Amino acid sequence: MNKVVTAADEAIHDIPDGATLMLGGFGLCGIPENCIAALVRKGIKGLTCISNNAGVDDFGIGLMLKQKQVKKMISSYVGENAEFERQLLSGELEVELIPQGTLATRCMAAGYGMPAIFTPAGVGTEVALGKEVREFNGKQYLLEHAFDADFAIIKAWKGDTDGNLIFKETARNFNPLMAMAGKITIAEVEELVPAGELDPNTIHTPGIYVHRVFQGTGYEKRIEQRTVRKKIENGVTG
Amino acid sequence: MSLTKEQIAQRIARELKDGYYVNLGIGIPTLVANYIPAGINVVLQSENGLLGMGPFPMEGEENPDLINAGKQTITTVPGSAFFDSAMSFGMIRAGKVDLTVLGAMEVSESGDIANWKIPGKMVKGMGGAMDLVASAKNIIVAMMHSNPKGESKLLPNCSLPLTGVKCVKKIVSDIAVLDVTDKGFRLLERAPGVTVDEIKAKTAGKLIVEGEIPEMVF
Repeated sequence: MNKVVTAADEAIHDIPDGATLMLGGFGLCGIPENCIAALVRKGIKGLTCISNNAGVDDFGIGLMLKQKQVKKMISSYVGENAEFERQLLSGELEVELIPQGTLATRCMAAGYGMPAIFTPAGVGTEVALGKEVREFNGKQYLLEHAFDADFAIIKAWKGDTDGNLIFKETARNFNPLMAMAGKITIAEVEELVPAGELDPNTIHTPGIYVHRVFQGTGYEKRIEQRTVRKKIENGVTG
Repeated sequence: MSLTKEQIAQRIARELKDGYYVNLGIGIPTLVANYIPAGINVVLQSENGLLGMGPFPMEGEENPDLINAGKQTITTVPGSAFFDSAMSFGMIRAGKVDLTVLGAMEVSESGDIANWKIPGKMVKGMGGAMDLVASAKNIIVAMMHSNPKGESKLLPNCSLPLTGVKCVKKIVSDIAVLDVTDKGFRLLERAPGVTVDEIKAKTAGKLIVEGEIPEMVF
């Protein structure tokens, strides 16, 4: 059951032009940095990317946007990227904005083998246009379909050679959900260990969902909004 | 005198009750965490996957794997828990989060809220706002009463694309505290030195004024 590949280039070698990809992460937190770099190197085009955000101008999915590799983005928030905005306003890029919980749950539904979900998010707004509305217990809900993605590309903290994964802190976010939802799931991890070394009680994503795993290198882990408290000499913080 | 952003946050913090699970949006709502009254314990939820959000880290202790929904570096408090985005919105949808505080561009007299899109100008997206307003039991909006042009943001109907319908329960603006009722905005409190007439003039939607309206004290 060894799922280990050498590196990002091998992991993504068979992703074709026009594929639908899920990319894990929230902002720049928990994004698959190595695979994004490999996708940029490979230069495939016409991609549909399902990801909560679209990176920033010079990092994350922003790097793929700059190379005009993305045909369509499906995201909940895309506010940090000037090149994204330019392509959107000029019509080069198609964008579908959907509520964040809907995005997460459509991933979850795919991973749980359910074709659709009902959610109240977006009822009475333009998100509801063209969607089936059904009432349960006096409240209205929208029918939203499970995502159908060719590849899910995610980042975990630790993984083993069988593809079992553990995530760290808020870098978990969409990663375990997308891991479950891809037809082929590629996981890059900070630390890869032999099967048996991770405590089975602590596994977040069982290896059955993961097809390829590799140990990533050179993680930048860029911070979007560095916010701190200043150290004050007498020990009081402000 | 209209309230500062800090005073709006301070006034909203008085709505917190012991044991509340609270989601604070980006901007003024984030400041509410600085004014949690003594003796009140609340747990802050950050919808990117954390319950038990703490203050910003000390300089040099920033952790890129630990951020809030505004992508700011944060810390955790004892008793915190991490989870994935589906569970995060699951607890929101299931009504486990007691209070949501968020900003708005417009609120209507029936409690509709618009805060995610200005057609032709701003296309950032709704993030988690639509999920939050569709499911939260109690929603307080922190906002300016008027836009920079002096036009009221408390309207009969929202002109911008909606985030949610009939969901806002209370508004704390820079000049007033108002409940959103079946019959319109009900004035509860005035900012120090702000008259009822000024609030009437700056509220385009239906405003209900009953009896003496007390002044906020800070």
